[in-house]
Amino acid sequence: MANIISDETIEYVGILAKLELSAEEKEQAKSDMGRMLDYIDKLGELNTTDIEPMSHVFPVQNVFREDVVTNSDTREQLLSNAPEQKDGMFMVPRTFE
Amino acid sequence: MAKEYETVIGLEVHVELATKTKIFCGCSTAFGGAPNTHTCPVCTGMPGSLPVLNKQVLEYAIAVGLATNCEITRYGKFDRKNYFYPDNPQNYQISQLYLPICRNGGVEIETGAGGKKTVGIHEIHMEEDAGKLIHDEWEDCSLVDYNRSGVPLIEIVSEPDMRSAEEVIAYLEKLRLIIQYLGASDCKLQEGSMRADVNLSVREVGAKEFGTRTEMKNLNSFKAIARAIEGEKERQIDLIEEGKIVVQETRRWDDTKGESYAMRSKEDAQDYRYFPDPDLVPIVVSDEMLDEIRAKQPEFRTEKMARYKEEYDIPDYDIDIITGTKHMADIFEATVAICNQPKKVSNWLMGETMRLMKEKEMDPEDIRFSPENLAKLIALVDSRAINSSVAKEVFEVMFEEDVDPEKYVEEKGLKTVNDEGALRKTIEDVIANNPQSVEDYHNGKEKAIGFLVGQTMKAMKGKADPGMINQILKELL
Amino acid sequence: MSDILDMTAVELAAAIKAGKTTAVEATEAVLSLMEERDEQLNCYVTVDKDKTLAQARAVQQKIDAGELTGPLAGVPVAIKDNMCTEGMLTTCSSRILGNFVPTFSAEAVLNLEKAGAIILGKTNMDEFAMGSTTETSAYGVTRNPWNTEHVPGGSSGGSAAAVAAGECFYALGSDTGGSIRQPASFCGVVGMKPTYGTVSRYGLIAYGSSLDQIGPLAKDVTDCATILEVLASHDEKDSTSVVREDIDFTSALVDDVKGMRIGIPNDYFGEGLNEEVKTAVLQAAKVLEEKGAIVERFDLSLVDYAIPAYYTIAAAEASSNLERFDGIKYGYRTPEYEGLHNMYKKSRSEGFGAEVKRRIMLGSFVLSSGYYDAYYLKALKVKALIKKAFDEAFGKYDVILGPVAPTTAPKLGESLADPIQMYLGDIYTIAVNLAGLPGISLPCGQDGKGLPIGLQLIGDCFQEKKLIQTAYTYEKARGAFPHAPSEGKVVCGLGREA
Repeated sequence: MANIISDETIEYVGILAKLELSAEEKEQAKSDMGRMLDYIDKLGELNTTDIEPMSHVFPVQNVFREDVVTNSDTREQLLSNAPEQKDGMFMVPRTFE
Repeated sequence: MAKEYETVIGLEVHVELATKTKIFCGCSTAFGGAPNTHTCPVCTGMPGSLPVLNKQVLEYAIAVGLATNCEITRYGKFDRKNYFYPDNPQNYQISQLYLPICRNGGVEIETGAGGKKTVGIHEIHMEEDAGKLIHDEWEDCSLVDYNRSGVPLIEIVSEPDMRSAEEVIAYLEKLRLIIQYLGASDCKLQEGSMRADVNLSVREVGAKEFGTRTEMKNLNSFKAIARAIEGEKERQIDLIEEGKIVVQETRRWDDTKGESYAMRSKEDAQDYRYFPDPDLVPIVVSDEMLDEIRAKQPEFRTEKMARYKEEYDIPDYDIDIITGTKHMADIFEATVAICNQPKKVSNWLMGETMRLMKEKEMDPEDIRFSPENLAKLIALVDSRAINSSVAKEVFEVMFEEDVDPEKYVEEKGLKTVNDEGALRKTIEDVIANNPQSVEDYHNGKEKAIGFLVGQTMKAMKGKADPGMINQILKELL
Repeated sequence: MSDILDMTAVELAAAIKAGKTTAVEATEAVLSLMEERDEQLNCYVTVDKDKTLAQARAVQQKIDAGELTGPLAGVPVAIKDNMCTEGMLTTCSSRILGNFVPTFSAEAVLNLEKAGAIILGKTNMDEFAMGSTTETSAYGVTRNPWNTEHVPGGSSGGSAAAVAAGECFYALGSDTGGSIRQPASFCGVVGMKPTYGTVSRYGLIAYGSSLDQIGPLAKDVTDCATILEVLASHDEKDSTSVVREDIDFTSALVDDVKGMRIGIPNDYFGEGLNEEVKTAVLQAAKVLEEKGAIVERFDLSLVDYAIPAYYTIAAAEASSNLERFDGIKYGYRTPEYEGLHNMYKKSRSEGFGAEVKRRIMLGSFVLSSGYYDAYYLKALKVKALIKKAFDEAFGKYDVILGPVAPTTAPKLGESLADPIQMYLGDIYTIAVNLAGLPGISLPCGQDGKGLPIGLQLIGDCFQEKKLIQTAYTYEKARGAFPHAPSEGKVVCGLGREA
């Protein structure tokens, strides 16, 4: 079954992904996503009952660090790429209403 | 006739763990550093950085789970919770949704009328804290400090088992006590190392279905929690009475105004797109690991109370207060271990300590004096080196600054004068200067001796043993 | 030394060690070739000649002092631009990181530097490694040195083209769905994707974290094994890094495949495979059979499901991995905005290119409420099935042999118009990433236009040595593969006769 992507869906995914698409890009995205989902729907042909979803291909587990401070103050480096900064902090548009 | 309503409350409690370093990097969790000085590529979301789990975080989380009767998840994972906000440097928070470390626990609380009930714990999961946003009025912008970003948290999610603010407070106090006993956190609400979000709904008494709930945030004291619960309960009942509906939403409590408002934005979809974090590997909790943590579990309050009763000759009331916080119990035990005088230690804690705490509006966790110094003070009194009123004076200084009482007494010259000759000389002067009182005494006014003792003490600047004064006075009179 | 650029990395290091040339001389030779050719080929996004020469002099000093004695000491290398290099621009070929200068270097880069590598610069790639042609770069296309009308493949297209053109002695690439092996194939060089977890991902700017793996692009199999030996390490900063004892990959440079069981999946030779590619690959299998390998055909199954599973998983992970590019801490911030959310949206929409946005949108959608089970979880289950199919195959075979890509390098501008068609080009490489397996690509012929054809060998997890041994044996039998023409013209003729 073909996937029809609505304007609302594109709008909604845009909010989630923080992307603002032009009218033209939106049309393109609707068609691209619809086609990709049609293609992905192919996975539905496979019976996966009782199959455990696999996030990691082999059993690496329990990787820990000890609770020991290893980092020192590198603020200058941290801020070296900041588009805007003030008083040792990153400057952003106001977040409080 | 007015309908009767029941309040249904569940809590999401965030607790900052007392680790030295952050959950996924080797940055310090210490408070008070200049902005962004406790950061690294990992906790600031630099491209290419990767997280590695702090083992202590897992151990604390399991310890809290065991102490709250939870099942420990033997195969666990971390998930990413995706949302954009400047305090969240990767724009996803590493948390646990699908396989949280603990599930299906509960703690018993005491309800108002001396009854008991169990508040179920749905789950406990591990996650990272966000950074701090500071509003800059001058520039009309916000500033981001990532020092707190990546500080380890556990979130304890209760079942909707509470029905009143009192039960909520009792549950929180119980959790706090358990976690403090474990040493997993100091659980200070004011400082944010314990934070509670309240999920609340109302329904008519007898109704089977839950009403629509709201989530209330920004509650940083027990009082604020109680007020917020009352406020939200009334708001929801009013809505229902007016025939309106309660909207499922997150609300922010403003404690100074005593009201809450919805935290809504059309840019917040509240769709977190959780999925297993591919940068972290599964956690497999073995029997050995569990046994090891179990073996390290401390003595909790109930066991401690029973033991105190058995070992120390102190009143039940004292035991109740002393074991009421881990810090107080620690001071008590450590001091007793040095001086072996439980009764006297208890008296100092129940008397002067409680008085000063009340006067200074302090929590027991903020007590700063050391057991060593309290033991020294007790020894000074025992050896009659100082008298009890000097001791109280010294204690007050010790309570403030944790001074060494021996040194302090020495430096300030507070030692009781044990030179009998000098004391006898002073008393002779007092007798000579107060003939009226001497006469009163001889006329059978026993009270007059008290005045003479007081005068002697005054002349000795308080540094005398009242027993000795009494004895010499009687002899000379 | 005029033929210095024809040396392999291992040969160059030996010549430097023997005092026949120096690291500085080799670096100068590469830089001067770069000056001639890179305007046309555009292999590099960033080059800092002074810094590179300074590093070359420092390395040569250490070699002279006997402090650096390894098999790659003094050899200039190119680094794909999605690996962090301290103090050197790292853009991922994206506008959004156009001004980003990392404060630390990727672990893989540090390992190379410890071995005496000289960093020439950062190579062009598909933006955030999303693409198969290096045409989605924000900094222009890279051209294939064999024929400049054609793409070099991708996403590590700059690295592959640089090796093929002699603009470096070897390069680092990253492979999420074929991004090392496919450009290696299109450019006639050797490329290897190691077992997931063999090379630290610390400092690799993530695309699909569960699939990404760094590996070498090199002139021959010997270089490839030597480089991998230096790259592989257990890194405590990367939780998915594996502790391995068997990383002495050069010990597998043995000219012998007697008894090696090689399986050829029928599924890799079906519809869509170019005839010339098919012939060359099967011819290579025959060569190995003649050398004593046991070659059989078998059905791998599930091949058609790898692409949809891959694009679901990779897009989902990418949508999350790329959230950090928000105009706050680093990178591009739009100059004009109204409020926080508008700043996010405009910075990201202006900073990311079309293909990246396409995948972020798809990934956000498949993870969104109500679709997670149907898409993402389903894809992870199919991944488990694919892994199982490989496990069964490796019960029977040491090595799986097939093509790298269905065709040779397409012409510039032909691929991007139809994304699904482009994704289909990854059909033979993608399953390897889903299953975490090692894979190697090496040249096995040329098509009628003279464009290289690649042979792919796939091994079971941690069995790189079998791949290296098989590839080395084939390479010996094949003989030297021709170099890409120095002027971008086409040189005809099959490698075997060369």
